[in-house]
Amino acid sequence: MRRSGLQREVLKLYRQCLRAAGKKPEATRDNFRMVARREFRKNQMVDKKDFAAVETLLRMGSRKLELYSSEGVKDIH
Amino acid sequence: MAALRTASRLAAPTRSFWRPSFAARSYATITENSSYDTSASRPPVSPSKTSTVEEPKPDKDARIKTFHIYRWNPDEPTSKPRMQTYTLDLNKTGPMMLDALIRIKNEVDPTLTFRRSCREGICGSCAMNIDGVNTLACLCRIPTNTAKETRIYPLPHTYVVKDLVPDLTHFYKQYKSIKPFLQRDTPSPDGKENRQSPAERKKLDGLYECILCACCSTSCPSYWWNSDQYLGPAILLQSYRWLADSRDERKAERKEALENSMSLYRCHTILNCSRTCPKGLNPAKAIAEIKKSMSFA
Repeated sequence: MRRSGLQREVLKLYRQCLRAAGKKPEATRDNFRMVARREFRKNQMVDKKDFAAVETLLRMGSRKLELYSSEGVKDIH
Repeated sequence: MAALRTASRLAAPTRSFWRPSFAARSYATITENSSYDTSASRPPVSPSKTSTVEEPKPDKDARIKTFHIYRWNPDEPTSKPRMQTYTLDLNKTGPMMLDALIRIKNEVDPTLTFRRSCREGICGSCAMNIDGVNTLACLCRIPTNTAKETRIYPLPHTYVVKDLVPDLTHFYKQYKSIKPFLQRDTPSPDGKENRQSPAERKKLDGLYECILCACCSTSCPSYWWNSDQYLGPAILLQSYRWLADSRDERKAERKEALENSMSLYRCHTILNCSRTCPKGLNPAKAIAEIKKSMSFA
């Protein structure tokens, strides 16, 4: 399947989220995975041609990833 | 207590004995000697004999000002940003733009979002673009000309978090990158404070007042196009504040960090920074001083 650059960016962010979740303590790891999935599912219906919205969401997502992937965050709901 | 209450209840009906009936309080408006006809068939009084209740008149000397404010809600990422219009009576509003914004938020539309804190130009939270000029809303008077409509936008060329709130993460990261703190290797001679002469202290005037509101950086076209690498006037002003500090001992390293084509030399002396600074500082001069010290050192 051939994907557009933006689609690859979204997948890249999702992958980064899951990898960051893998670095969390084992007990709460699943919570981080769940949150990542939930956040992506929430905006699943955004039109793939709506570049501005997808880019905004990407930026907001990477900001959240940066915040939650820091060492001090131990759990998430 | 209960005994007292029953006693007063018992005493209550007796009151009407020694009180004349016209002085007693009652809920009904009909009295025995009422002269009004209370029947439902009674014809209404003709409108010519009654007073007219009018719509509350707008204040005669109300000064209605129109504000167009940029709105964007991140909870609806697919929606486009829009301009929303509000009208306020300037007689009931404080003199500053921030007063108007707070009044809109309190009385008209509580969903309007903006940053504010000190309301006196000391915190730099309420930086926004008002009528095309980057300034602090708390230091900007509302133009009294009510015919002209005011437009309020977030700081230009910043990512918007919501409504008038810009994302300054990158700006703060750049500030962190210049190490804005005293760096010394040698302890002070007498083991106390690091002292300065009044003349040395005077060099910091016009530099230390900067509140990092980001008005100047976001007004700089050079910063708009190269914000990822160019530090921008606000950060360079702070950089110079530490270069000019007589107590700092890492001047060479600080200069070395600026010694590339992007960090400092993207300044093309456009001077928008000095023109817009709401605190009346001169970032362009500070940048010029850095350039001078770099070329003559």
